Amino acid sequence: MSGQTAAVAPERRSRFATVPPGTLALRAAVALVLVFVAVWVAYKAFGDPRTFVIVGLNGLTLAGLYFVVASGFTLIFGLMRVVNMAHGSLYMLAGFFALELQTRLTGGEATSAFGSSQAGLGDWIIPLVVACLAVGVIGLVMQQLFLRWNQGQELRQALITIAISIIIADQTLAHFGGIAESLAPPDSFPESVHLPFSDLTYPFFRIFVLLVAIAVGLALWAMIQRTRFGMIVRAGVDDRQMVSALGINIQLVFASAFLLGATLAGLGGVLGGTMISVDKANDTQYLLISLIVVIIGGMGSLAGAALGALALGLVDSFGDVYLPAGYTNYSILLIFGLLVLVLAVRPLGLFGRPA
Amino acid sequence: MNRSALSLERALWWGPGLLLVLVLAVAPLLFTDFYLSQVITKALWLGIAAASLIFLAAYVGMVSLGQVALYGIAGFTMANLVVADGGSPVAWDPWPATLVGILAAVAAGLFIGAIASRSYGIYFLMITLAVGVLTYYFFGQVTQLSGFGGVNNVTRPGIVSNPVTDPQNLFYIALGTSAVVYLFVRYLARTPFGLALQGVRDDPSRMRALGYNVPFLRMLAFGLGALIASFAGIISVWWNTRISPGSIDLARTIDVLVIAVIGGLYRLEGAWVGAFVFAALDNWTRGLDIVGQRFNTVIGAIFLAIVLLSPGGLMGIWQSIVDFLGRQLSGGPPARPTPGPADEPRQATDSPQAL
Repeated sequence: MSGQTAAVAPERRSRFATVPPGTLALRAAVALVLVFVAVWVAYKAFGDPRTFVIVGLNGLTLAGLYFVVASGFTLIFGLMRVVNMAHGSLYMLAGFFALELQTRLTGGEATSAFGSSQAGLGDWIIPLVVACLAVGVIGLVMQQLFLRWNQGQELRQALITIAISIIIADQTLAHFGGIAESLAPPDSFPESVHLPFSDLTYPFFRIFVLLVAIAVGLALWAMIQRTRFGMIVRAGVDDRQMVSALGINIQLVFASAFLLGATLAGLGGVLGGTMISVDKANDTQYLLISLIVVIIGGMGSLAGAALGALALGLVDSFGDVYLPAGYTNYSILLIFGLLVLVLAVRPLGLFGRPA
Repeated sequence: MNRSALSLERALWWGPGLLLVLVLAVAPLLFTDFYLSQVITKALWLGIAAASLIFLAAYVGMVSLGQVALYGIAGFTMANLVVADGGSPVAWDPWPATLVGILAAVAAGLFIGAIASRSYGIYFLMITLAVGVLTYYFFGQVTQLSGFGGVNNVTRPGIVSNPVTDPQNLFYIALGTSAVVYLFVRYLARTPFGLALQGVRDDPSRMRALGYNVPFLRMLAFGLGALIASFAGIISVWWNTRISPGSIDLARTIDVLVIAVIGGLYRLEGAWVGAFVFAALDNWTRGLDIVGQRFNTVIGAIFLAIVLLSPGGLMGIWQSIVDFLGRQLSGGPPARPTPGPADEPRQATDSPQAL
């Protein structure tokens, strides 16, 4: 009996010896914070389940939008190690393009932020497709003109995309002005849906965004896991030089990945422009969101982007409502706290791997 | 080594520098009050902000986009503690408020450094950028401290006087602070601590193997960067007589980055050179009809050109000229394998460690 204990004890000690005591204290602190947050949310949820459901759905649908945007960002980074600082600008551009096109298609009837929608299905789909493609092509041109011949120089590429984002922001202001407006959703969409097992209703378009996000996630996953293109992308993430040595045209893969990543930013821009609004401040906002999602989830990881988007969406929407009265405008600190928590335990993000 | 080539090189580095310092020392006699305040003083405090970025990039290998947020923390803390329109109702004397502002920025720098110091290169850049943008939203949301209107009519110490009608004093304060910052960083680079930082920049794993606590060193360096940035924050509030979230938004972050890159990301002098070019361009182009309100497009294009063509910035171009003349005079291959004075950081724009 005593021999057994003696055999176990050193093993346990050696397990802990691999973790510095400071890290252990840190993890305990992180666990404590998480438990506290869970208890607080549960307490609030039992007090008012209806609010909990609505706010939870807000968070989920927001997370869907964040995922669509950040998945493009993380795809580009994972394959090419390019931090596309113009990602938020592409998001914003798509919104403005779609808004402009919808206004022209409907003769300016549809683009009211409030009231019922006057836009037909085509008046929403056509701007969506055109804006996505236009933004995708802008991303592609950006990559071919400026980034292609700076491969591997991460900082320089980041600086180049920052320069482009400055120009896009200024030109957007010049051409579209600074008024925030929303795209009108198609009039064939119901305005809201009844939630099952309750008398609550919820805006349909937000649910639609969540569904699109899930579809995008599944399609990307299938593409990366099941297709030849995905195989090349995965191989390229691990070893670019080896892939090109095998005779694969890696430049073509890079170009397609950039086109896809930028198109996803565009898709996010149109969805977000309909769900929330098209605004000249969108570039900063969605660059920040993309950054936070991938910092939390780990750069280049699709699952990480999904988890990061979920965490950010939920913290975002619950933070605004569940903070004690009088402190709700401090909700931004919660996002900062989320970032600190994750980085304290995993400096490379939840699913991050060393490059 | 050819002596005359070396002395020519020295002369080409020190000559223009000394001339610039001389011109600056008597600047109030040479320039109008408007130009002194709106271009030169502005360039000096922007230069200090860029110097904090260049100090981290050149000596520690950390490219931070959080410096503007740190100077904002110093500025907002000070503005809240003194008598002003908006912000908290506290009414301290300006000097202790300034001190507390600087300390707050250093504390924030050490804290952000603690979470970000285990990340390197482009990850570090992303984390500091995310924290920077979060700080902007924080001051925008928290109306108790600022709100989007900002804190106006901030009380200044008597010696600062009115920066518009009587700009001389503030000019000399900015000039003196710039000189102190420059000499301090140059001195620091030769101390054991500074050498350890440069070791961390060149090879973190080797420094760890030598027994240095690399994350701790990086954290301390970030705290020092925050100290330098806080000077810029305090002077900018005195100069503007106000501070708002708009003073620390993404555009401002990019401005400081642009200044550092235009000047040269790997030479400390570049901070002020870049800042003068930036401030002078800003002032000059506002009067031009073709440019008008589109200053940011011009700056973005210049930034893009510099990043694409001369990553060493203006100081890099000057370096090439000096090297070229040195070669012509000595009539042989480059006199020295490593350009520039011996204690200068190497120009390693493209190596991954230098990120």
